Amino acid sequence: MRNAARKVYIALIFIFLYAPIVTLMVLSFNASKTRAKWGGFTLKWYSSLFQNRDIMEALVNTLLIAVISSLAATVIGTIACVAMSGMKRRTRSVLLGVTNIPMLNADIVTGISLMLLFISFGFRFGFGTILLSHITFNIPYVILSVMPRMKQLNPSTYEAALDLGASHMTAFFKVIFPDLLPGILSGFLMAFTMSLDDFIITHFTKGAGVDTLSTKIYTEVKKGIKPEMYALSTIIFVTVLLLLILVNTAPGGKNDNKDNKEQ
Amino acid sequence: MTSKSKWLSAPYVLWSVVFIIIPLGMIFYYGLTDKTGAFTLENITAIMTAEHRKALWLSLLLSLISTLICFLLAYPLAMILANMKVSQHSFIILIFILPMWMNFLLRTLAWQTLLEKSGVINSVLTFLHLPNINIINTPYAIVLGMVYNFLPFMVLPLYNALSKIDENVINAARDLGAGSVHTFFRIILPLSVPGIISGITMVFVPALTTFVISTLLGGSKILLIGNVIEQEFTQASNWHLGSGLSIVLMIFIILNMIASAVFDKDGEGGIL
Amino acid sequence: MSKELVYLENISKSFDGQMVLDELNLKIHENEFVTLLGPSGCGKTTTLRILGGFTSPDTGRVFFDGQDITNLSPNKRQLNTVFQKYALFTHMTIAENIAFGLKIKKKSKSYINDKIKYALKLVNLEGYENRMPDSLSGGQQQRIAIARAIVNEPKLLLLDEPLGALDLKLRQEMQYELIRMKNELGITFVYVTHDQEEALTMSDTIVVMNQGYIQQIGSPEAIYNEPENAFVADFIGDSNIIPAIMIEDRLVNILDTRFACVDTGFGHNKPVDVVIRPEDVELVEPSEGTIQGVVTHLIFKGVHYEMEVMANGFEWLVHSTTMFPVGKQVGLRVDPFNIQIMNKPESEDEEATAIDI
Repeated sequence: MRNAARKVYIALIFIFLYAPIVTLMVLSFNASKTRAKWGGFTLKWYSSLFQNRDIMEALVNTLLIAVISSLAATVIGTIACVAMSGMKRRTRSVLLGVTNIPMLNADIVTGISLMLLFISFGFRFGFGTILLSHITFNIPYVILSVMPRMKQLNPSTYEAALDLGASHMTAFFKVIFPDLLPGILSGFLMAFTMSLDDFIITHFTKGAGVDTLSTKIYTEVKKGIKPEMYALSTIIFVTVLLLLILVNTAPGGKNDNKDNKEQ
Repeated sequence: MTSKSKWLSAPYVLWSVVFIIIPLGMIFYYGLTDKTGAFTLENITAIMTAEHRKALWLSLLLSLISTLICFLLAYPLAMILANMKVSQHSFIILIFILPMWMNFLLRTLAWQTLLEKSGVINSVLTFLHLPNINIINTPYAIVLGMVYNFLPFMVLPLYNALSKIDENVINAARDLGAGSVHTFFRIILPLSVPGIISGITMVFVPALTTFVISTLLGGSKILLIGNVIEQEFTQASNWHLGSGLSIVLMIFIILNMIASAVFDKDGEGGIL
Repeated sequence: MSKELVYLENISKSFDGQMVLDELNLKIHENEFVTLLGPSGCGKTTTLRILGGFTSPDTGRVFFDGQDITNLSPNKRQLNTVFQKYALFTHMTIAENIAFGLKIKKKSKSYINDKIKYALKLVNLEGYENRMPDSLSGGQQQRIAIARAIVNEPKLLLLDEPLGALDLKLRQEMQYELIRMKNELGITFVYVTHDQEEALTMSDTIVVMNQGYIQQIGSPEAIYNEPENAFVADFIGDSNIIPAIMIEDRLVNILDTRFACVDTGFGHNKPVDVVIRPEDVELVEPSEGTIQGVVTHLIFKGVHYEMEVMANGFEWLVHSTTMFPVGKQVGLRVDPFNIQIMNKPESEDEEATAIDI
């Protein structure tokens, strides 16, 4: 009885979380142009999507920014973690405190502060300013997922590598890096997700002429969202879902391959 | 490694100074000066004008209500999830992060479709012979949007804090004679405080400062403090006033941060 | 023997299809110090958790003081547990930790304060009332965990590897402390450990378990000197376990050599196992020994020398205060009283060895 109640509760929360997503997917097959009415099943938005130059451009921008900014954040964040592990406690906590600011602060304040910075120092608003902003708010996600791994590291393994004749570089890449890798990967994924989903900071730092999917949607809100957007979102979501399922079942698959080779 | 840490940390320290510290300084500079560059407190005291005060008050009210609802929904959920002993901790996190791959604005807009007079929810309610709900373009819809968007940020820290509690600590309480209610209020709840604080911060701050959810679900009539600030920057181009109001907003954020620093000394309540 | 306090009747328990306890029967008497001893996975902790009420058995019943408590929840049982790794409430002071059970029972404030004082004195931590658990060392936290349990005056105290996380010196100290506390309190202890030395030092009764079965129940002396099977002999202390033939009463053929012994009733020409403790093997001049061999290994252990002697195709483990160098020809002699004869296990299944499941 209690177990049943629990399952019902979890199910309700899931419906709440995923109902809008299902709604959007359904809308992507809606022949009627307005959200309010069901006009029959169609695939036309999926084909017209690729002819829509505006949306395609926004998509490319979004993906480029997400990839570059999360890669850059991963590199900077990981190096920062390594550096911080060798620091005095107090210096480290000050730096970590600063790191947390973009996470704990409101996005609108971060967006405004960066906008003011770019204006004051004469940056040209566009792709570059969005990228710099995204790197800035992505770094904390990387640090927060690499740092716990760093703390778990046994410092003796690094020293053991040196003792066995490895150079500092070799010791780092052969011993420390593999241990950090899961943290680095999840940090990268987190940063990528955050960058892709960001609207507020991009809104303040983009300037005219450049759009990501988020800002494009925002400008379309008043005129009405183009159904191609629903189609594109559905494609993105399903792709990610499939990738995740693939990744989660991959370890088993790898083992199967190994077994086959041994035979 | 110690000797090299100085230059290894250089890129990040430099980045933090240029893109975190200086920009925050800019807000304070703009917020505390007028158009001629002279020092003034007018941008800050502008919060006391009727229009701004009303927006701030509504923001505080709606964000507090949303935070409370998120907490009440998330705590039982986090307890159920923590008790499930799922072998894959990351799987649960994934379920809550996955919706973020559908654009935030579209997800929120989808609620319009769901909530409309003849929308999906009302159709279901009619079918069940229940009274329809008409909350679109009201503060209720904004609260719903906030709860929807920020619920994962409450669930994850709570789930983390709860799953860290040693099962034997709970067994010990039972062993010493505590019933379920007593065990919950004396042991489980106090031990999950870091997660509670972190969850409250992660819901309250974005809810207090949002301008998107109110724009999308509240119609154009309901102004939150976030909307006021956004308009000062994008439409009125009064950066000084916008910065001044942001400083006021930051006071609430900083109060929240101090509270979380006091209650969560070890930073245990992270989302990851 | 004093009154029976606990009776575990035909208890079986499996996890995910893995049998952890199989038809276990166990009686515990009042004021007894009982130790459940065995390798990890033998079912000893599960037995304790069933007693505490944290796990319910698949079949069988638990009796406490004559009453069936099988389905009674832990908070209603008249026993308390000292958990592995202490399980102290880290958000409460030491005094609040100790007072937890008493407050639930709605005891008066003065009673609670007296009890806290008494308990802290008993565990030698007077004046620690207002400290937080995290500020205490492992050994001190352990004492608080004991204090927290015993203030409730349970009839039975369950201890789940309570000394496992402490270093050797502290562990030995705490062993004496626990014996003292038990005598002072006059309550029954059920103690779980995988450390045979700990079991031998503290217990009135040892229950040796393996793979969900009780292998032997007895006093420490009985368990050590008269192990009933090869598993017990091997698990408790070092031993030479040698297959042999019981020729007749009081005469056994070990490695083609006749040894006098004291056991009777095994029949004629019956295959058996013999156990000879390493300290019971005497090394003498080759001519004086029952069998002859060569010393192959020698280690100085402080109290004694540990040697291995190859004799008649078997490597004998020998502890002796006299040193014989490697390569030396020696004779081996065993007092008939020190040869322990055991029946061969009847089936493969019973030939349980110290392998973790």
